[in-house]
Amino acid sequence: MTTVSRRLFLQIGAGATGALVVGFGWSDTAAADARPMLLGNYVSIGIDGTVTVRAPNPEIGQGVKTSLPMLIAEELDVDWDRVRVEMAPNDPQRFGQQDAGGSMSIHRNYTALRRVGAAARWMLVDAAARQLNASHGEFSTAHGRVHHSSGRSFDYGELAVAASLLRPPDPKSLVLKDPAKFSIIGTSRRGVDSARIVRGEPLFGIDMTIPDMAYAVYVKAPVFGARLLRCELAAARAERGIIDVFTLKGQGDRHGLQDGIAIIASSWWYAQAARAKLEPLWDTAIGVGHDSTRYRDKAHSLLAKPGTMLEEKGDVEAALAQAAQRLTADYEVPFLAHAPLEPQNCTARVKGDSVEIWAPTQTPEEGRQLVARTLGVAPDSVVVHMRRAGGGFGRRLENDYMAEAASIARHAGVPIKLVWSREDDFAHDFYRTASYHRLRAGLDKRGRISAFAAHGVTFAHGSEVAQAAGIEGNGFESSVVPASRLEQSLIPTIVPTGYLRAPVSNGLAFVRECFWDELALAANMDPVAFRLAALSNVGGSGGSFDAARMRAVLEAVALRSNWARPRLAKGQGMGVACYFSHSGYFAEVARVRVDADGHWQVLNVWVAGDIGSQIVNPLAARAQVEGAVMDGIGSMHAEITVVNGAAIQTNFDAFPLLRMPEAPVVDVEFVMSAAAPTGLGEPALPPVLPAVANAIHAACGARVRQLPLTAARIQAARRG
Amino acid sequence: MISLVINGARRSLDLPEDFPLLWALRDILGLMGTKFGCGIAQCGACTVHVDGVAVRACITEVGSVAGSRITTIEAIADTPIGTALQSAWLELDVVQCGYCQAGQIMSAGALLAENPAPDDASIDAAMAGNICRCATYQRIRAAIKLASRQPQADRRHQ
Ligand code: FES
Ligand code: FES
Repeated sequence: MTTVSRRLFLQIGAGATGALVVGFGWSDTAAADARPMLLGNYVSIGIDGTVTVRAPNPEIGQGVKTSLPMLIAEELDVDWDRVRVEMAPNDPQRFGQQDAGGSMSIHRNYTALRRVGAAARWMLVDAAARQLNASHGEFSTAHGRVHHSSGRSFDYGELAVAASLLRPPDPKSLVLKDPAKFSIIGTSRRGVDSARIVRGEPLFGIDMTIPDMAYAVYVKAPVFGARLLRCELAAARAERGIIDVFTLKGQGDRHGLQDGIAIIASSWWYAQAARAKLEPLWDTAIGVGHDSTRYRDKAHSLLAKPGTMLEEKGDVEAALAQAAQRLTADYEVPFLAHAPLEPQNCTARVKGDSVEIWAPTQTPEEGRQLVARTLGVAPDSVVVHMRRAGGGFGRRLENDYMAEAASIARHAGVPIKLVWSREDDFAHDFYRTASYHRLRAGLDKRGRISAFAAHGVTFAHGSEVAQAAGIEGNGFESSVVPASRLEQSLIPTIVPTGYLRAPVSNGLAFVRECFWDELALAANMDPVAFRLAALSNVGGSGGSFDAARMRAVLEAVALRSNWARPRLAKGQGMGVACYFSHSGYFAEVARVRVDADGHWQVLNVWVAGDIGSQIVNPLAARAQVEGAVMDGIGSMHAEITVVNGAAIQTNFDAFPLLRMPEAPVVDVEFVMSAAAPTGLGEPALPPVLPAVANAIHAACGARVRQLPLTAARIQAARRG
Repeated sequence: MISLVINGARRSLDLPEDFPLLWALRDILGLMGTKFGCGIAQCGACTVHVDGVAVRACITEVGSVAGSRITTIEAIADTPIGTALQSAWLELDVVQCGYCQAGQIMSAGALLAENPAPDDASIDAAMAGNICRCATYQRIRAAIKLASRQPQADRRHQ
């Protein structure tokens, strides 16, 4: 039954219904094309026929707790309403890379998880074949039953025990379904946790409770990276409800534990209220000179000089010199906070060397390693339980709150739930980087783009580009413009930076696609036609960029939005943009209204997107696009301003998010292509910012090249 | 001792008068459906009903609601409006991360109790205090209309 590279996993236990539950499993460490995949961990079938499928990746609102199990259920040939979904434990040995980032869940798992379902199905058929002494070819499966050509049939539950004792198939021998026969993939399925959520059941990280748990806040420096010199604790200790107050020493890692004061109380509110009684003295010298305004001045002096060459194609200076028309423009985007609605939180229990963590995290395994490093214990003694996350947007790729909770629990000697205040969250984010850009381009006599040069100034930590802050090309300009180049310059910073939904692209799309709008108008061409013309120029390979897929979504969105003959009232305008990111091709058209005082409102957004040959769950897929589009629009109103090494915005009153009255109507069309299916959490976001800014220009003539796109900036641009 | 009537049951709590209702619900009574998002009445995640009116529990002191009827998401299904909203939410698959949705349903419930067929402007006004960071607004609007048996289309910009 076993070979060296292959082990059967037989799991037997009582299921929720009291029935025997049998898991199917193999581990195929020899398969080069597939990560170790243990079915027993993914699929359990009770003798009563209940089917339990485990969802491997963190659920942060992107819908993977529903869509990934759909992949398994499809190939298993079981009805979706018979499937119970539960969250898998964090265990990459058994479940592969379990994170939520980069729109990678579908990309990585589309085939792999279908194979899991197909293998379990194969074993059930094999069990039936042995029982009837028949061959596999005489059987079919449907609706959770195995049917023999004789008319005999078995429910999966009747075969579960026998099937689990069989040798699993070679994954490469499995034939996956013809997509034309799908009955789950490609159908709209509602979120598996939604019924519990609308009843208010405690699913989120912040809802965790364990016996004898106390509540904690952790007070950190008011300036990024500042050290705690001293703090008087007695007054806080004397407050009502307080159990303990103590300081912790940071470990010099901006992603882990930093200096701070922990307050432990019998309710979170008591701990929070006692903060006012602390009088900490911080060494804030590190923050001096770190201001958004100084960064801007520094950036402009750097833009006047050559930067580091990142990409270069052809002789850009010569092409510019020969151009019939030359354009130059400076653009700027600010720092942004993630602000997921559920504040950072973590529940931790430390007993001797063994550590148990419950957290809403996008990267549970990295969190486990961080906790082990922080406490100096072996990773094997740390268990991280994934809780549903009230939004992630990239913030929970970091696990700083986990390092804090574990350290606080160990020091306090009781299990604790650490909850950050919203002010903590704004003050200690890993912000989307600000960046500053100078773009130059040339048009030939016929109005075609002949040269493109982009220089971006961003930030560095030490000599390295700060996290998620690098200037990048996405293959568009380098494919469609005969001569192009991309340069980067760096400003040292102490501001922590990180990945925000559609990182890098969420800023660069605004910069580049607004400039493309300027070029189209300078060429006296329609902005859609101008881009289509450039895209049909592509000869040879554009690397991973496929100009034909971009053309298709542009054409689709132009049709859908009635771009050629729009219905526009006074003060309204339409704008278009397209962007390639996270393997997805998106073109979007926005219709906006700009009032006489410069206030603007997006009325409609039309989206055409290509993420490959299959949409796994159309209902949830459209939700991702609707959300990404509105997220992008909301971000055009917000900024984090740095003054003396600190963010000055502290809560939602100063960092506005999109609200109901500002929400546009979003129309979504998926353009199907032959490419393998890819993810959707991010790529719909980048193009909406330039589409809206271009629409504002169309509506009122104001070209605003700086975010946030405020009414004051519109009025200033109108005055010219 | 403060005496509160929560979801129909009388509860006596040994808390100071200025203790926020939100944390009494979450930490003391274990009712986790009411969420913390901002603490300053900016996000609506903590919305509950006090005598049928939507209030933000994060800035409501327990002393100020002693004797009032407090309803949380855990008991919203006890009213026909509550169940209609819950089924509309599920029917249209409103939930993304879900963190704001208890507060959204509580605000929508107070709206429908007062206005059984709200138009888009009334929905905007009643829901403007509830942030959905995942921006499920389009579906929330449609779900409120579905729960109140109206056509779902957003007619604001036509
Ligand atoms: S937590 Fe009460 S309104 Fe945000
Ligand atoms: S569903 Fe995530 S905040 Fe509303």
